[in-house]
Amino acid sequence: MAKHETPLLDQLETGPWPSFVSDLKQEATSRANNEKSVDYQIPVDVVEDLLGVLELSFKHGRTHWKHGGIVGVFGYGGGVIGRYCDQPEMFPGVAHFHTMRVSQPAGKFYTTKYLESICDLWERRGSGITNMHGSTGDIIFLGTTTPQLEEIFFELTHNLNQDLGGSGSNLRTPSDCIGQARCEYACFDTQAICHDLTVEYQDELHRPAFPYKFKFKFDGCPNCCVASIARADLSFIGTWRDDIRIDQEALQAYVGGEIPPNGGAHSGRDWGAFDIEKEVIGLCPTQCMWMDGKELKIDNKECTRCMHCINVMPRALRIGNDRGCSILAGAKAPILDGAQMGSLIVPFIKVEEPYDEIKETVIEPIWDWWMEEGKNRERLGELMKRQGFQKLLEVTGFDPDPRMVQEPRTNPYIFWKEEEVEGGFERDINEFRKDHLR
Amino acid sequence: MAFISSGYNPDKPMTDRITDIGPRKFNEFYPPVIAKNKGKWLYHEILAPGVLVHVAESGDEVYTVRVGGCRLMSVTHIREICEIADKHCDGHLRFTTRNNIEFMVDSKSKVDPLVQDLESRKFDGGSFKFPVGGTGAGVTNIIHTQGWIHCHTPATDASGPVKATMDVLFEDFKDHRLPAQLRVSLACCLNMCGAVHCSDIAILGYHRKPPMLDHEYLDKMCEIPLAIAACPTAAIKPAKVEVGGATLKSVAVKNERCMFCGNCYTMCPSMPLADTEGDGIVLMAGGKVSNRISAPKFSKVVVAFIPNEAPRWPKTTETIKNIVDAYSADAHKYERLGDWAERIGWERFFEKCELPFTHHLIDDFRDPAYFTWRQTTQFKF
Repeated sequence: MAKHETPLLDQLETGPWPSFVSDLKQEATSRANNEKSVDYQIPVDVVEDLLGVLELSFKHGRTHWKHGGIVGVFGYGGGVIGRYCDQPEMFPGVAHFHTMRVSQPAGKFYTTKYLESICDLWERRGSGITNMHGSTGDIIFLGTTTPQLEEIFFELTHNLNQDLGGSGSNLRTPSDCIGQARCEYACFDTQAICHDLTVEYQDELHRPAFPYKFKFKFDGCPNCCVASIARADLSFIGTWRDDIRIDQEALQAYVGGEIPPNGGAHSGRDWGAFDIEKEVIGLCPTQCMWMDGKELKIDNKECTRCMHCINVMPRALRIGNDRGCSILAGAKAPILDGAQMGSLIVPFIKVEEPYDEIKETVIEPIWDWWMEEGKNRERLGELMKRQGFQKLLEVTGFDPDPRMVQEPRTNPYIFWKEEEVEGGFERDINEFRKDHLR
Repeated sequence: MAFISSGYNPDKPMTDRITDIGPRKFNEFYPPVIAKNKGKWLYHEILAPGVLVHVAESGDEVYTVRVGGCRLMSVTHIREICEIADKHCDGHLRFTTRNNIEFMVDSKSKVDPLVQDLESRKFDGGSFKFPVGGTGAGVTNIIHTQGWIHCHTPATDASGPVKATMDVLFEDFKDHRLPAQLRVSLACCLNMCGAVHCSDIAILGYHRKPPMLDHEYLDKMCEIPLAIAACPTAAIKPAKVEVGGATLKSVAVKNERCMFCGNCYTMCPSMPLADTEGDGIVLMAGGKVSNRISAPKFSKVVVAFIPNEAPRWPKTTETIKNIVDAYSADAHKYERLGDWAERIGWERFFEKCELPFTHHLIDDFRDPAYFTWRQTTQFKF
């Protein structure tokens, strides 16, 4: 017998898509039955009360969670988000219901042994409810009490060799796409650099010293599966600067209909016979490819590496060999001043361990500037808007490059610097008046 | 419920303390076929919706079965995932950035038993636990935020509308009939933890009423200057108010300037915005993050407001379904939803999706608004 009636939530148990309500109910039952004799460290009926408070929100059309208080683990300023219910007497099991962010492994590969150890810990010391994963990428432990925070942290670090992730005004847990682990498009090892920077910048991740949040994300190619260009303050996107490799024989197999285009992505509908002119050459944004008899030719110098031709014919076309990444800065969601896409600051850089060039010429100069000049709750992209792209060039020392702009400015209101103008700004008005009477 | 110590001593927190060790290293968790062939993959093919093969230079193959997951997941459910991975995948699995779960096997003969096992598992309520799909020119899982399950600022729920929407789009999760991939995302408030602003279709929770002012508590609960500074439109100013004969320091809000972002509430709990009638959903469309063919682009607001209709948000899901069907019927092969809308023109988009165009959809927020107005005589009747 459920502790709370949930007639509204019950309506989300039907339909084909996995029902989170059914899942919450099975967890509530598992805790009530406790067949494994778990020594629960927070209320046994926590999931019952979670269902209850959610049902109340469905009824009211309003949330019943309050702001977090200041909770955390000793010495860290992030990784824990305090959360309290605004109806603690009705739902005592979730009166204190704090979130913990657990730093996920790059690429989100797991062994069952590891996941089971995480489950054991979280079942005993928390609600047993998680997010796999949060938006930024962490494993999210959803709901525990204040006394359990240090206990969980102690067990994570001592028994599972596992740390917390970031929250608040600090480096958020970096995340990446599957990359070279299982993708032929990946231009660099996203997991290797993601892990390296995460470990290198643990202090920035755990101890808030920034004006606001800061995100790194790593996309192995311009398809951008991890959406870095839309949401990372520094977005690393794989690219290459030599030629697309062509297998003309495989290309003919696509033309002849022996291999399905786009890796079989369009198999649900009859789109007619594959037409390389219309589907590849005609859609190339730079018109840099053509058929020369039976051979596909590419003017690689004109290619902007949009990935379309490679996506359509992955067995015939492959990324180049001189690989690295482009770095874009300043992406963010709309709060406060509107959404911003990342802007290209480094057209090409090699991605090689130990990544010193990336750390020393890109990340650290940008952080120094932002920590010095950024206002409270100002993202990097907003500082860039406020102080200008030129300032970003100044602090990094990069040379201006037409690749960095969509188009040159349409107004001539250039803020000339004194040292750029011959003779400087200081002039003698009396000398001027010798030729120009008052 | 006896307290069990982990070994942590609250009197001596620094004793044996381990900090700053970071996450576990990724390569501990690679399946052998991944570890062996990393960086040496030749090509891939989607054999059926949700089933992929990747072929390496070595000739090795890895078969991946992708299933939809709720990002809100219990340990009981995770243990079932582990049981499946132990049975079929030598104890390995991974999650995607869109909350799907991927089971990998190293030979084709292992695929069918795995798929059958996954598809056979259902929750007591009847829904699939592990629906196979989410690949290619179809709909994959919805990325989303917390909503009413755990957040203090949402204007809608997250898991509820996601479940309702995925039920409606389920056939396209399991099919490749669309012109290109279609990414749906949900953020339960403007803060957009989920960064949904570049999605083919974005479901966004939005408040429509300015904050209420809990004058009696405001100065005690909040740093008034921070609340004032948090407002992007400078709608908040300091004020003195009379409450029960006492003069209290508080704030005043210029309602006509409020954009309902909730930033003040984030800084000051005495300024709640949540409201049953005021809160609801904005639908945005036509964004993408891929650089394929055209540049990444933001989603545009196409429906200004739909009320929260718990538990199944029927108007929201019906509107989304109409947009998906209009796109599916009219777009060219490889054309993303936003590219389609730009080719046919937004005037045609509203016509084909049978959506009313109201003044709310014309941008009036600061300078960029000007550049979204029509500045050409080229338009369609």
